[in-house]
Amino acid sequence: MVATTSTSSTTTRDYRSNSLWRLTLRRIFRQRSAIVGLTILGLLVLTAIFAPLIAPYDPEEVLIGREDIKKREAPCIHLLGCPADQPQHILGVDGNVRDEFSRVLYGTRYSLFIGISTVSFAILVGTVLGSIAGYLGGWVDNVIMRLLDVLMAFPSLLLAITIVSVLGRGLQNALLAIAIVSIPIYARVVRASVLSVKENPYVSASRALGGSDIHILLGRILPNAIPPLIVQGTLGIGTAILDAAALSFLGLGAQPPTPEWGTMLGTERNQVFTAPHLVFFPGIAIMLTVLAFNLLGDGLRDAIDPRLK
Amino acid sequence: MIQYIIRRLLSAIPVLLGILIVTFALARMIPGDPCKAILGEKATVAVCERFNREYGLDKPIYVQFGIYMNDVVHGHFGNSIRFSRPVTTILIERLPMTIELGTIALLIAIAVGIPAGIISAVYRNSAADVATMVGTNIGVSMPVYWLGLMLAYIFALQLRDTPFWLPPTSRLTAGVASTPFYKTFGWALAEDSFSYPIMEFISNLYVFNALISGDWVVLGDALKHLILPSLALSTIPMSIIARMTRSSMLEVLKQDYIRTARAKGLVEYLVVLKHAFRNALLPIATVIGLQVGTLFAGAVLTESIFGLAGVGRILFEAITARDFPIIQAFTVVIAVGYVLVNLLVDISYMFIDPRIKLE
Repeated sequence: MVATTSTSSTTTRDYRSNSLWRLTLRRIFRQRSAIVGLTILGLLVLTAIFAPLIAPYDPEEVLIGREDIKKREAPCIHLLGCPADQPQHILGVDGNVRDEFSRVLYGTRYSLFIGISTVSFAILVGTVLGSIAGYLGGWVDNVIMRLLDVLMAFPSLLLAITIVSVLGRGLQNALLAIAIVSIPIYARVVRASVLSVKENPYVSASRALGGSDIHILLGRILPNAIPPLIVQGTLGIGTAILDAAALSFLGLGAQPPTPEWGTMLGTERNQVFTAPHLVFFPGIAIMLTVLAFNLLGDGLRDAIDPRLK
Repeated sequence: MIQYIIRRLLSAIPVLLGILIVTFALARMIPGDPCKAILGEKATVAVCERFNREYGLDKPIYVQFGIYMNDVVHGHFGNSIRFSRPVTTILIERLPMTIELGTIALLIAIAVGIPAGIISAVYRNSAADVATMVGTNIGVSMPVYWLGLMLAYIFALQLRDTPFWLPPTSRLTAGVASTPFYKTFGWALAEDSFSYPIMEFISNLYVFNALISGDWVVLGDALKHLILPSLALSTIPMSIIARMTRSSMLEVLKQDYIRTARAKGLVEYLVVLKHAFRNALLPIATVIGLQVGTLFAGAVLTESIFGLAGVGRILFEAITARDFPIIQAFTVVIAVGYVLVNLLVDISYMFIDPRIKLE
């Protein structure tokens, strides 16, 4: 008798601790790549939030007249033997005599914003298109998917370049271009989930009970698409940041003096032989950010949806 | 199989038509007057009118599209507005450069990626596996253009006076010239003959041209110039191929027939290469086919860093200068290339896995 009670209480406890979210969280924290990704990402978010406190200078402030330094001065760190009478610039000074370290710090804000906003937009539009295509089927499905096929037939960066040329240069248009280019991936993911569950008995049951199409789609079908969307979205943020930086590098995205990493790289690219620090550090920053999202995405995939591996 | 290829090519027509429409529409939507973009802001109305008439830009948009479609079907892409030369000629000059760059980058990616993936899967969780996984993660996260600049800094500047020095710009060293193979062979070709453009195209593939005409100086020089750009371009495909090889191999190595192969006493390398790898090849081939798009997009950036006159760079310049004929022609070529490569990948399935019948 006593034994039975203790067993049932264990079962209850197990059941509670194994709720879907906890289980998923525990699985995520078992993935080494997810932990590394989350740690880097956490540091980047903190940097973005506290940039004004950490940065020694205003990222757009030209230091001519304020300090006795030349443009593109190499890094000067007092602890590493740089003379104390020289102003300290950990990552050096850029071509317009601005503190590179402060600019790289502020750049975190732009990159995180770029990645998250473009992917959110693409997921939103992709979900609408994918669920309409998958749920309605027939010619609607055909038209939507063929249109997306055409979008996918172009290498994404080239299409983004063309769209930016149509819309005009600038960060906002570059974001829109990257978002448009990434819609097909999310639409496909959603469509595939919709197709895989729409004939399931529980969906038919919901329909038999008089559920409306919207209710069935939002309440019964789309929740199945959330795990693959989270995984794809996290990996997509990395790609979006890379593409946005590439557009800025080509002079089509964020415009100077914005402290955006791609723009910083692009304006100093010809100085790589004379002032390599101005190319090196923004590139490392881009790489770290993209790496964080990729590691997190990999970890999430292994934890949430191993089938996608 | 021929029937399958024909059917696949036919089914690609709607997508190609879509690509033509999208390219045409996007190119026309680029704001600004091509006349002023090409001739300068001070071009007078009369001059612009003549310019528009000359390039057919004064006709209604649907007539322009009709003319464009007719030209595409006949292989005429018109004259570049910016260079006043036939687009086809420019294509023949530029496309080989990009093909060469992309091919060498892809070869590097496959040559490094597949062995790395196999080793990683066979020695799972070993130091080699961890190193490969860390390496591939960094590889896909690196901006191509940044890597290119860093490689140029290291190999062209830091290693300047060593045997490892590599040139950071252009296709050939000044003073070294590539002689078309048909001239080396002494073939007389009229410039208006049918085979001339094809011969020109082949001879603009400097590495291939030097190889068949036995010009080792040009071959060495051209390869030396290609190392840095193709290395930069290869990192992303290399990482993706290595990861796909690893996960596909891990999947196959779990199978019963691998255990059987080991149980019957087969040497381990034969188990891995013959029994496992052949069966793991299908997804790897798919992912290799998909890299063609990455390579083209990367070419825009790599060519601009390394001062190479290829397709990517001219397309970027044409978009900014609103040179419609070039934009249209080059996008069509890229898209057709994309479709063809995917067809090749599909056909390769049949050789990789004889159970697959192309229907």
